[in-house]
Amino acid sequence: MNLYVSLFLAFFKIGLFGFGGGYAIVSLIEHETVEKYHWLTTSQFTDIMAISQATPGPMAINCATFVGYTATGGSIGGAALATFAVSLPAIILIGLVVIFLRKVRENKWIQAALSGIKPVTLGLFGAAALVLATPANFIDLYSYLLCAGAFIASLCRVNPVYLLAIGGLTGYFIY
Amino acid sequence: MIKLTLQIFITFFRIGCFTFGGGYAMIPIIEHHIVDKRGWMNEAEFMEMVAIAQSFPGPISLNVSLYTGYRKARWAGGAAAFLGITLPSFIIMMLIAMVFTNFQENETVEKVFKGIRPVVVAVIAGPLVRMAKIMKISWKTVWIPVATALVVWLAGWSPVWVLLTAAAGGIVWQRWKEGRA
Repeated sequence: MNLYVSLFLAFFKIGLFGFGGGYAIVSLIEHETVEKYHWLTTSQFTDIMAISQATPGPMAINCATFVGYTATGGSIGGAALATFAVSLPAIILIGLVVIFLRKVRENKWIQAALSGIKPVTLGLFGAAALVLATPANFIDLYSYLLCAGAFIASLCRVNPVYLLAIGGLTGYFIY
Repeated sequence: MIKLTLQIFITFFRIGCFTFGGGYAMIPIIEHHIVDKRGWMNEAEFMEMVAIAQSFPGPISLNVSLYTGYRKARWAGGAAAFLGITLPSFIIMMLIAMVFTNFQENETVEKVFKGIRPVVVAVIAGPLVRMAKIMKISWKTVWIPVATALVVWLAGWSPVWVLLTAAAGGIVWQRWKEGRA
């Protein structure tokens, strides 16, 4: 299939099924960009997650721009296409919501479907962590120590951007 | 109308420049701009909008921007809001992608990212317990997220199928409850 068509389809799908926000969408993006289309390696994908955390904007959009650019060998059109594709489901759905607001809010079947989706998004969040815990990302004992330390700090609500910065600094000195 | 569309673009462009970490952290910032500064909505309307934005797919910030844009200036407003909220991250990520593809093989960059990668895993895993509490996950329902994580991680299922199954499950559960009542 044409690269631009697969880019559009993959990111449209990510936008359409990106429930729960934040990291719940990570396992879906990973599934499409790493496992299915091999546009990125797991390590490259993890790096984008880290970059995304330290730059403004939602992860899904950041990822779409980055992958759209790199997968097409540096085309701005590819970046724009992927970014638009990931946003298109929201553009359509929110448009419909604004038109049919009351009916959507009061429809018990829509509410029932959404109540089923909610606990699953938490599981997808967990899957995101597990999927990224690969040998490529955990190269030695230091990796495990860094992960354990950052996990404890994260439980204590330390800002993730600081944790990533400390991880980077530590990496620079020990490797 | 043109002035309003332009205002929508500028407001969301500014919000888009400062939405680090995504999602929930930025809701107070958006509220400040839309409710306090522009007066485009009152508090109750804003809360309703956030509830809708959270339950629909797509990033919360994008959903909230689109909703506000459509409400204030229909399709032109929606387009202005979309461009405003995505343009800052688009520009920044483009620049990073250009630089990163050149520096990826760089030894220093590789060292730094070797340290960062395991931290990314921790940063994702850290908020899980807090989120479970917010979502009111109990011992009776905890199997759902656990099973989800396992089939996606070990069996390599696409999250799309898990989400569709869950939506169907929610509907079946509702019917069953009604059948009993």
